[in-house]
Amino acid sequence: MLVQYLPFLVLFIVAVAFAGGAMVLSRLLGPKRPSATKLEPYESGMVPIGGTRGRFPIRFYLVALLFILFDIEIIFLYPWAVIFLEAGAARVFLFFEILVFLGVITVGYVYIWRKGALDWE
Amino acid sequence: MPEILVFLLIKLILVIVIFALWMTMVPLLIWLERKVIADIQVRLGPNRVGPFGLLQPIADAIKLIMKEDITPALVDKWVYGLAPAMLMVPAFLAIAVIPIGGVVTIGERSFALQIMGLYRGPGLFVPELDAGILLVLALSSLGVYGVVLSGWSSANKYSLLGGMRSSAQMLSYELPLGVALVGPLLLAGTLRLNGVVEAQADYGIWFIVPQLVAFAIFLMSGTAEINRSPFDLPEAEQELIGGYHTEYSSFRFAMFFMAEYVNMVTISAVAATFFLGGYRLFFNDIVWLQPVWFVLKLMAFLYLFIWVRGTLPRVRYDQLMKLGWKVFLPVALGNLLVTGLVIAFSPANTILVMSIVGALLGIATFFGLSYAIVYGLRRRRPESERRVVEPTRAGVSE
Repeated sequence: MLVQYLPFLVLFIVAVAFAGGAMVLSRLLGPKRPSATKLEPYESGMVPIGGTRGRFPIRFYLVALLFILFDIEIIFLYPWAVIFLEAGAARVFLFFEILVFLGVITVGYVYIWRKGALDWE
Repeated sequence: MPEILVFLLIKLILVIVIFALWMTMVPLLIWLERKVIADIQVRLGPNRVGPFGLLQPIADAIKLIMKEDITPALVDKWVYGLAPAMLMVPAFLAIAVIPIGGVVTIGERSFALQIMGLYRGPGLFVPELDAGILLVLALSSLGVYGVVLSGWSSANKYSLLGGMRSSAQMLSYELPLGVALVGPLLLAGTLRLNGVVEAQADYGIWFIVPQLVAFAIFLMSGTAEINRSPFDLPEAEQELIGGYHTEYSSFRFAMFFMAEYVNMVTISAVAATFFLGGYRLFFNDIVWLQPVWFVLKLMAFLYLFIWVRGTLPRVRYDQLMKLGWKVFLPVALGNLLVTGLVIAFSPANTILVMSIVGALLGIATFFGLSYAIVYGLRRRRPESERRVVEPTRAGVSE
């Protein structure tokens, strides 16, 4: 039922109006006196050295990828958790089922651990 | 008036009330934080503006609005301008599923004190959002976009590195946070936050006892997720200036902090709902008083966050990532398995068995984690490099 989501839309409008309104207000009230020094990248008062769009370690990319993998696996735990209590006699079966699922995850987890993907130097 | 308009009107009032509650918590929290930390450090804290300095956050907000909003020359104008809003709007949206009270009945209509909660009127029945807690988790993931884009668009190497660091941190701690919540969900059997509260009332015990481990993991990962001290790496000034918000000024700068405080209130609200019985007391009480209990429980968590900030030093970045991936995630999964095991194999009086097992497990995990944090995570230097420092007490001769 779509009407269920209307309050969320209301909240969204309120939140966007608040954020947007505050930004517009500060733009209207604040002074505008730009100067060359003000518009430089801020490096604690030093003259900026090198390019501003630097490169960053590939490890961050690796973390993002691992996050996606594990987050999807965690999402699969939620429906399982919700039906578990109602399952009655099938609980034992469900438990061993999730044991197999987590077993598969653990293999991958041990693999990335041993490969050193979780180490930061 | 058609029923749908009544529904919208009631929901609009609820949105305004809950939004206002969060918006009053933010300046109050900033004031409380400055006062409590001042107390811990034996100084006075803000005491000039208003009684006890209570109006200080308001004065700061007005000052920040009046300041010049600098947009540096090299930035990506659109992304730079929108990034604070991309952080702040999801932070506000997460309050949609948090129940601040039970179901209120006025005449022939009844509704839950929750934005996306249940509504029952003549000819219209709207159930509570099924996804419940998943919405909170999804929106806290969305907040990462604001962080990484503000860091990238600022065209400043410190912003870029700070944005990368913070987003990696938020992503890493999202996992133990999500797994920790599965434990209470197993006992509650529903994703709806109202259902979780009612389940605790039905069991007659708050989930903090049977799910002590999940509680500890949730609280610590939550602290890291919202970039609070001792996991406030983005604000590690001596390394990264201001992190991802280095280039921001005026109100857009304030928005980052506002989003942080809103997230802090939301995490506390989720913790209170999942582990401290939410808006319910142990007995049935007047439904209109339930928001008061809820706010009191919320404040307890907020005070805890401030207390922790005043007490603990900041952790190093490699330690932070190790802690999340190598300690919290397996411990949270272990807790999940034990909970499943108990529920599967003890059909009679599950909650009693779970409470005993949970409490014992919590104590064991506390000592295990303390050991891991103190000894295991310390980087082992080779024997040759190790410098032995004998503890000496000034003025005491052995």
